[in-house]
Amino acid sequence: MEYILLIVGAIFVNNILLSQFLGICPFLGVSSKVDTSLGMSGAVMFVITIATMITYLLNYYLLVPLNIEFMQTISFILVIAALVQMVEIILKKISPALYQALGIFLPLITTNCAVLGAAFLTIQKNYSFLGSITYAVGISLGFGLAMVVFAGIREQLDLGKTPVAFKGVPIALVTAGILAMAFMGFAGVVKM
Amino acid sequence: MSKLGILTKGIFKENPIFVLVLGMCPTLATTTSAINGMGMGAATMFVLMLSNLFISLVAGIIPDKVRIPAYIVVIAAFVTMVDLSMAAYVPDLHKSLGVFIPLIVVNCIVLGRAEAFAAKNKPFDSMLDGIGIGLGFTLGLTLLGAVRELLGNNSIFGIKPLEGDGMLIFVLAPGAFLALGYLMVLFNKLKKRTSS
Repeated sequence: MEYILLIVGAIFVNNILLSQFLGICPFLGVSSKVDTSLGMSGAVMFVITIATMITYLLNYYLLVPLNIEFMQTISFILVIAALVQMVEIILKKISPALYQALGIFLPLITTNCAVLGAAFLTIQKNYSFLGSITYAVGISLGFGLAMVVFAGIREQLDLGKTPVAFKGVPIALVTAGILAMAFMGFAGVVKM
Repeated sequence: MSKLGILTKGIFKENPIFVLVLGMCPTLATTTSAINGMGMGAATMFVLMLSNLFISLVAGIIPDKVRIPAYIVVIAAFVTMVDLSMAAYVPDLHKSLGVFIPLIVVNCIVLGRAEAFAAKNKPFDSMLDGIGIGLGFTLGLTLLGAVRELLGNNSIFGIKPLEGDGMLIFVLAPGAFLALGYLMVLFNKLKKRTSS
């Protein structure tokens, strides 16, 4: 039960994009088509879950015993960069089709703050190992949901006429604001 | 380009928030008040200045293939320094900015300037570029923070000019998107008027 609440809370109540503001760059950048945003969410989901697992172990079995927690930032970003590189190589061998589909998004995940942010948040919240994996899955599901919903809205938005000054990013931001307002309706569903 | 030009181009012409649209995560998340926005901007500016200076000094000796990981490690080291200093000297601000201080590492502005400017220019120019872009970022964050604080809390830098409450929505998450969206529209209008 505890884990279900954790997942629901991470997807709806504290949505990583719309209430925590992590990973906004891909949210605004690649979310103009539903297909690409699905691919991006899949790749991010994979990296977030594995990165959280590894950084959790790294933090509690290496940094804390050695008393060098101030190395968190440097070691986490190195782990994530290496992980993304590894995922890229493995994917290229195992499933070239998926690799082709994800294309440029894969290396960009390194600088997606949702990944590093998720690693820091799980450490901050003192979850158990299983708890942090659940939380990471919840975060990435929330990321995927917001991305796909937003991409759907933007596809429709392109069909209408937009005032010149609103073209591009401004109208996307205003839309995201209204979407965030909708997600605020979930506040209080789960006590965090 | 003249030294002054390098320093001032980040403020309006290449403003990282309104023109380049980089570093959106801290922009939206930390601007709940003017002072928070300013603190975040100052921290980023400090990292930008030092990382630009250092990277332009070592750019010649880093092999091309591993330059991105090397840049990230340099940036992460400076971010850790800023993080620890802020925890020691301004603990309240550090607490309210929370996870976004260590997240300066993945701020696209810092890596973007390292790759686009510092790697190809002289150390002093790179430092000026870091200061200029950082200043533009700080100004943008402070402006957004001030607007959100004024609309949401009816105060500015913690001072209440008028009686009454604000519209709380502007301090909450949706307000960040809305305020930035409309500020960008204003900026676009302003730019069009000055160019024509």
